[in-house]
Formats: sequence, C-alpha cells, structure tokens
Amino acid sequence: MSAREEIFGAVRRSLGVTGQEQPRREAVNERIAKAPRGIVPERGQLSGEALLALFEEQAKATLATIDRVKDRAAVPDAIADFLRRTNLPARLRMGADPRLGEMPWDKTALEVSHGKSDGGDLVAVNHAFAGVAETGTLILTSGPDNPTTLNFLPDYAIVIVDAKDVRGSYEDVWQRIRDRDGKGHMPRTVNWITGPSRSGDIEQKLLLGAHGPRSVHIVLVGE
Amino acid sequence: MTAHPTSPYFKENAHEALKDEQLQMALSNVRQGFIDKRAAVAAKLPEFEALRDSARDIKNHTLANLDLYLEKWENKVHDAGGHVHWARTAEEARQAIVDICRKAGAKTVTKGKSMISEEINLNAAIEAAGMTPVETDLGEYIIQLRNEAPSHIIAPAVHLNATQVESDFRRVHTHLDPNRDLSEPVQLLTEARQVLREKFLAADVGITGANFLIAETGTSVIVTNEGNGDLTQILPKIHIVIASIEKLVPTLDDVSQILRVLARSATGQEMSVYTTFSTGPRRPGDVDGPEEYHVVVLDNGRSAMLGTSFQDMLRCIRCGACMNHCPVYHAVGGHAYGWVYPGPMGAVLSPSLIGVDKAGHLPNASTFCGRCESVCPVRIPLPKMMRHWREQEFERHLTPATVRSGLGVWAFFAKRPTLYRFASNLGMKALAFFGRDKGKFTSLPFAGGWTDYRDFPAPQGGTFQDQWKARKGAKS
Repeated sequence: MSAREEIFGAVRRSLGVTGQEQPRREAVNERIAKAPRGIVPERGQLSGEALLALFEEQAKATLATIDRVKDRAAVPDAIADFLRRTNLPARLRMGADPRLGEMPWDKTALEVSHGKSDGGDLVAVNHAFAGVAETGTLILTSGPDNPTTLNFLPDYAIVIVDAKDVRGSYEDVWQRIRDRDGKGHMPRTVNWITGPSRSGDIEQKLLLGAHGPRSVHIVLVGE
Repeated sequence: MTAHPTSPYFKENAHEALKDEQLQMALSNVRQGFIDKRAAVAAKLPEFEALRDSARDIKNHTLANLDLYLEKWENKVHDAGGHVHWARTAEEARQAIVDICRKAGAKTVTKGKSMISEEINLNAAIEAAGMTPVETDLGEYIIQLRNEAPSHIIAPAVHLNATQVESDFRRVHTHLDPNRDLSEPVQLLTEARQVLREKFLAADVGITGANFLIAETGTSVIVTNEGNGDLTQILPKIHIVIASIEKLVPTLDDVSQILRVLARSATGQEMSVYTTFSTGPRRPGDVDGPEEYHVVVLDNGRSAMLGTSFQDMLRCIRCGACMNHCPVYHAVGGHAYGWVYPGPMGAVLSPSLIGVDKAGHLPNASTFCGRCESVCPVRIPLPKMMRHWREQEFERHLTPATVRSGLGVWAFFAKRPTLYRFASNLGMKALAFFGRDKGKFTSLPFAGGWTDYRDFPAPQGGTFQDQWKARKGAKS
C-alpha cells in the first residue's frame, strides 16, 4: 500500500469513518462552498472616513509611515518628497502595474526602472491590491505586473493603496479576490504585510530590518 | 541534535539548567516580555475570547473530517500545478525532500523556520546527501552555528544572550573585519542580514514549514516577522513545504479567524509582519517565484492520536503561549525537555510522538497551575492531558517504584476515610508540635526533595478537612 493510502486508512480507522458517509461529505462540501465568515471584530466593520482613519492609525502602530494624497497624479511628487525627507537617492524600482504606469513619474526628477528585484535595489514601489483597516495590513497579490521579489528584497518599501480598496476586514478582501479570480482560485502569492520587517530573536529586543524592508511607507490615494 | 531525545534525563537536564547562570539570565527575558504583551493586545480586542472559541471549533470540525479535507486540499494543489508527497514517517519525509533536492542538483538549500523540520531532523539528512542547509530565521541561524536545537517553538535562541551570539558570529564569519563593532544587538542583526542575503540569492531549493494548509484553495500559509520565509520561497527554483496533516483548515475565512488569535497569543502583535499565502508554482507571465512547488505531508504518529483522549492536542497552532506562561519552562528553559517540543504543549505531544517510556517525565513536570490552558488560543486542555499521560504511565508500570509505593500507601488511607482523618490529624499535630519554635522545618525525613531547596512550613490551625468543615458550617 502507498504511503498516501496508509495515511488515509490510519486517519479513517482512528476517526471510525470510511470516508463514504454522505452527511460528512455534504458538511465538508458546504463549508468550502459557503465559506462562512465567523466573527469579524466590530472595528473591522467601519466605513467611510472612520475606516480610513483606523487604517492609518493601525498602520502607524505597526511602525509603518503613511502619507495621504488626493489622487494618483499626486503620488510621484509625494514619493519624491518622502525620499528627500528620508535622505534616500531619487531612484525607484517598480513592476509593470498599469496603475503605476498611469502616474506622472516623468514630471519628477525620479529615476524609475522596471522589473523584478535582484537584490540590488534600495527602494521599491508596489501597488497594493487592498488595505485592511483592522490591523493596518497591506495586501499584495503576485502576477506578471507585480513581482513578489519587490516586496522583500529592497531596503525601503513604498506601497501605494487606493482608498477605495481599503476594507475593514480580511474577509472583505478574500471576497474581492474570489470575485476577481473565481471561487477556489488564488494568485500564486498573496502577501499580507503588516509593518516593516523585524526580529526579536536576540534577547527579545525588537529590532527592525531583519531580512525584509527595514521601512514601509504607505501612500494612501483618494478619499 | 534532535535525533536522540534526552527527555528520559529530564531531571538531570533540569538540575543543570537551574545551575546555568547564562541560561537563567536569558530566561528572564521570557518571563518579562511575552506575558505582558499578550495581555495588552488581548485586552485591545473585545472579541478575543469569542475568536478563541471560533478557532477551537474550526480545528475540531477539521479534525473530525480530516480525511475529506486532506482530499480536497490535495486536489487543489494538483489543480494549481503543485506536487504532494505523503510521508508516514520522519524517514519517508527526509527521503522525499532529499530526492527533490538531488534531482535539482542542489548545492545550497535555504530554510525558513519549521518545527517539523526539527522533528524529522532534516538538516542532518540534507548534509549527509552532500548539500548545505542554511537556516535563515535569525534565531534558527544562530543555533545552527552553535549546533544546538531550538529551545522555544517561536523564539529558538531565547536561551542565549547577545554576548554569546557575538562570539559565535566572530567565530564563524571569519571573512569579516575582526575589529568590527558588534556590541549592539542591531549590529548582530545587520551582519546576519548581510551574510544570509548572499545565501538567499545563491540557493537552489528553499524549504519552509506551513502554519496552515487551506482546503478551499490548495494554499500553504507561513507567518513570519523577519521576511526570511518569503526570501526562502520566492528566490530559488524550487519551493518545498514541509507540513504535518493537522495543519489543514477548510477555508480562507477560517484561517482568518485563527490568524486573529495566533500572533496575539504568540508575540503579542495584532498581526505578524508577513503572512504569506502560496498556491502552486509561478504562473505563465510571472517574472519571479519558484518554478516547482512541492508539499511533503507528514503523519509521524498524528493519525494515531485522532479518536483518542489526545485528539485535542492536534488543534495546536504552535504559538508558544503555553510555554511563555509556564513556571516550569521559566525555570528550566526548553532544552531540558530533551526533544523538539518544550513546555506544556511538548509535555503532551512528545509522549505521543516518541513514546511515554521516553518522555514520561515531561507530563510530570507540571504544577498543574493551569496557566497554559487559560492562555491557549485553541483552548487545549493541557493539564487534563498531562494527567492522562500520568495515568497511562502508571498503568504501564513506568512510574518509579518509590512513587508507586508512595501512591499505594496514600491509596490505602484514602479508601478508609476514618483512618485517613485520624492519621492526617495525628501527623499534622506531630509536625505542629516539633515545629512550634521555628514555625518551619529545614529538613524532614523522606522530604529532602522539598527541604533541600526551601523550608517546609509547620502546620497550624487544623487539617484541611477540619477547616473545610468549619467553613461550610459557618456558611450554612
């Protein structure tokens, strides 16, 4: 018997089941089909300005920084300003996301290159799929236009989020992914990012910049 | 290190640990940090207790239908272009992983933190096959340099102080300037980041664990703060996930419920920095990500726990809250437990996985104070299960003769209430009489185990039963 068959046999013997029971199969099918929500904290059910204010507050609590701008056209200037404030070179790496492509980078002095990261980039710009106010979490999905390496290799991560994409809870974002990709399907990688990289492994002291970006700067676009 | 459990020598290990000044200094970080942080973050979320119930119920439902959820999950992994390898034992899991690495012609294998990897002693197998495993979690990297096992499931190097780490880095990183300053922990972190960055970029295969496997989508989930797990899995050509069968959860919504209690219970964060959901290898058009995605699913004794009084232990999500709150763990640290899983969860799990004959001391190393159960995010009745192990140990005649005969004497009296009351009354009065001057004893016959370390107070004010009777009388 194969290892697979033996493991299934052992699980079923221990549970006292055959795997053919209709009620069990129906219960499992139904749970996967309906994906019931469970408990969503009250703070994850806000809307409007209160939702955005909570997102901002929670993101700051994770030691991310955040700027708000009124529209996409204002993003390159805001980023140029952030780089000046932080004493960083005016050089950016980004993917081919069309939302980034629409922005007027050429009106700034920023030097922009495109593609995945090979580890040599100091600052990367990514466009988030969504933000979650509950914990100030950024949600990024992989794809040809959004290389995952840009989320992790550069020292400084700048992440753009549309205000209309901020949701109260993780569940709201899963629903959007199901609507986009189809129920039961996922992008290859979904990254939840909640603040800059850190470690407490040396004497339980909080140190930023372990392996991922030592800084996460969010640009929240629109109202 | 982990291949040969030293759990049978728990008592000797514990004595050594208590005498180890470096260790005791390091353990004070556990006592201070974790408890306050968890309490603060739990207090900030009014729904926290209800979410613990929800997490428990999700795990119970999944375990009761584990065969069906495993099937669903496997189909979804195949749909996404991934491979599933089933392993009954540690040996089969090691073999499956080494085979994949060999086929890829791998030289360097980076690794995210995985307790299953420790359980199956994976690094030794990778080395024996002529490849170099590199642990990339900072704590795991440090203990790999020291050829040690982790002493905590989420803070593997919690038994060490910064000066020890500094001397290890100087010993191993000989290509760096010997006069560099490493006096601050952040300098140690920066050095590890530089050294490991080269390994990440050179790796041929990346191995991570999984906090969860999702049946709805065939997804594996890792949770880290450093980002090392992500660099491990997105840079090499091959990503191997090593996970045990009880990591299954039904849906994305279900995993979200559990994630709300995981980081809060573990590190006292509302959410860990990186929660990553991986489904299959890179897609057409993708410019990065692994070309192959494999999951090695391990049983190694877990299926035999289903349907027994230890099934609840399979709910465990490896947050470490039980050890963070355990007075025994605080006193002796994780290595004394002698195998991969320390603290209360280890005291219950280790006897299941390596046998109560080897790990029988562990469920005995408990004061039954109940703090572990009170903080467990999935409400595992850890003290009750330790009691089950003690009973099994007794029934299988593994309990030492002195304890057995002592229990026999106690049982003789306990079955004869009049005699019990008479004897305990007499004993108490005798102790009260002889201890009346000092109010305590510095030594007592048959009680050296107690009086060698602390005084035994002289009894006063009647036996427990007398006082109970008096108080009940006063109430009614």
